[in-house]
Amino acid sequence: MKICTVLKQVPDAEASIRTSGTGVDLAGVTFVMDGMDEYGVEEAIRLREAGHEAEIFTLALGPKRFEEAIRTSLAIGCDRAIHIETDEALDVITQARILADAVQKEGADLVFVGGKEADWDSSALGPALAEALGWPHLDWTTKLVLTGTTIEATHDTDSGNESVKLSLPAVITTQQGLNEPRYPTLPNIMKAKRKELRKATLADYAAHAPLTKIAGEAVQVKARLNKILTGDAPETAKQLITLLRDEAKVI
Amino acid sequence: MILLVPELNAGKLRPNAREIVTAARALSAIGGEIHALLLGPGAASAGADMAAYVSHVHVCEDAGFEPFRADVWTAAVAKTASDLGAKVVILPASRSGLSYAPRVAVRLGAGLLEDVIEVESDGATVGAKRFTYLSRVTENSRSVSLPVVISVKVNILNPAAPAARAGQVATITLPIDATASRVEVLSQAKASTGGVSLEEASIVVTGGRGMGGPEGFAKLIEPLAGSIGAAIGATRAVVDAGWRPYSDQVGQTGKSVAPNVYVAIGVSGAVQHLSGMNRSKTIVAVNKDKDAPIFKVADYGIVGDLNDVVPEMIKLLKT
Repeated sequence: MKICTVLKQVPDAEASIRTSGTGVDLAGVTFVMDGMDEYGVEEAIRLREAGHEAEIFTLALGPKRFEEAIRTSLAIGCDRAIHIETDEALDVITQARILADAVQKEGADLVFVGGKEADWDSSALGPALAEALGWPHLDWTTKLVLTGTTIEATHDTDSGNESVKLSLPAVITTQQGLNEPRYPTLPNIMKAKRKELRKATLADYAAHAPLTKIAGEAVQVKARLNKILTGDAPETAKQLITLLRDEAKVI
Repeated sequence: MILLVPELNAGKLRPNAREIVTAARALSAIGGEIHALLLGPGAASAGADMAAYVSHVHVCEDAGFEPFRADVWTAAVAKTASDLGAKVVILPASRSGLSYAPRVAVRLGAGLLEDVIEVESDGATVGAKRFTYLSRVTENSRSVSLPVVISVKVNILNPAAPAARAGQVATITLPIDATASRVEVLSQAKASTGGVSLEEASIVVTGGRGMGGPEGFAKLIEPLAGSIGAAIGATRAVVDAGWRPYSDQVGQTGKSVAPNVYVAIGVSGAVQHLSGMNRSKTIVAVNKDKDAPIFKVADYGIVGDLNDVVPEMIKLLKT
């Protein structure tokens, strides 16, 4: 079996986000593997540890800096990686089509995609990739058991959660709770340097024209009243309820 | 024309049905009429309600549309959009909507504008605003052409008023292809928020690590939420500790909410949590640490021990 883990490298959540001109300025920002993608890498490795014979490869589409996150996935246990290097900010549907072509060329039975990207706040890549492959997908997955080629899984829904069954091939998008990702160890970081990281370009895959484009980005913080009360509990509680009733008129 | 796909909850239109009508009306430059497609049990009677807002409602009562399965809905919505020649498909960015909108876009060869808060059109393309970078940035995106699929962030747009003239309701059949339903639902568990979903609630009361344990929720958060008809949320630390189910989580990996009032009790305000609630209209915080980041986004707050403050609040709200 072949398992593919798709990953992105994103600004560290603690990094402050600035804009310059009409776009986000990422100069000087610390980047990390998207936390939601870590769950996918971890789950792939756990499946192998549970006895499923599998080759695990990392697939990433993005700028050169993604290499660092890709190396991390190799240090955690992925066998090899393909990096489709581009500086173009392709829309998520176009990305899905290119990645689908790559998944088909490599061959895979199971693809893990992060449930929500920490840079674009998007959860579309997994479902779009599944559609482009003609496969089913399951999103917000919190539990996964693979038996032969059958997956039994639990995932979050609008009203709670549900347990489902589906067959490979499939795309699984991750959710917190799926597992506890491990850290790479130093010996494995050294070993990962010898693992294959194959570079590819957009020209290696079917051409797809972008469908949407980013026209501008702005940091917009809603102005808050910041009326913070201190003092004795009954008195501050009373003031707060009065403010909510008479000033904000929200309760 | 524009095709809307509202959602049903126990056979009734969800409130976000009127929010996507607002989005459709903002795209009048697209031209043509506004249609709506309602799927699943209750579609016919909900269709009569929907007809107050749009010119045509297509209803398909087939029980196969419930529970929601992304591939079944994708097939039905993509087919209807193609049959009608829709230039724009609009649906609510609920978990279900976010799950199948990308598939519909790929199937139609359309662009996707995801989880948007504002839309406009020049007739040939659609522009939209959406939040990115953990809700800290507002992005302007524009489709290169049409058609385009749009998912609209829930609880942001104003609900539309009825149209001047009521529309027509027509029953349609949409064959559910066996190969389209590849995900079999074995069982479902409802979240603890009761009838109101977190995303739709007009008031949300969230407890953080400061609650100290599940008993803190039972003793303080539940009565406080009950006294103002609020849905209950939780932070990541709380759900990781098992005090509340994952489905209650608000934040990057949980739900993204924008209620009229968001009350954060014992919540420090990590970036990941703020990304799920920093667009709330009014934010209220109670925390004993005056330097907690939650106060930076709060409109009203109390620096104090929640075990003293919250019982006082409950007492006052009950009178």
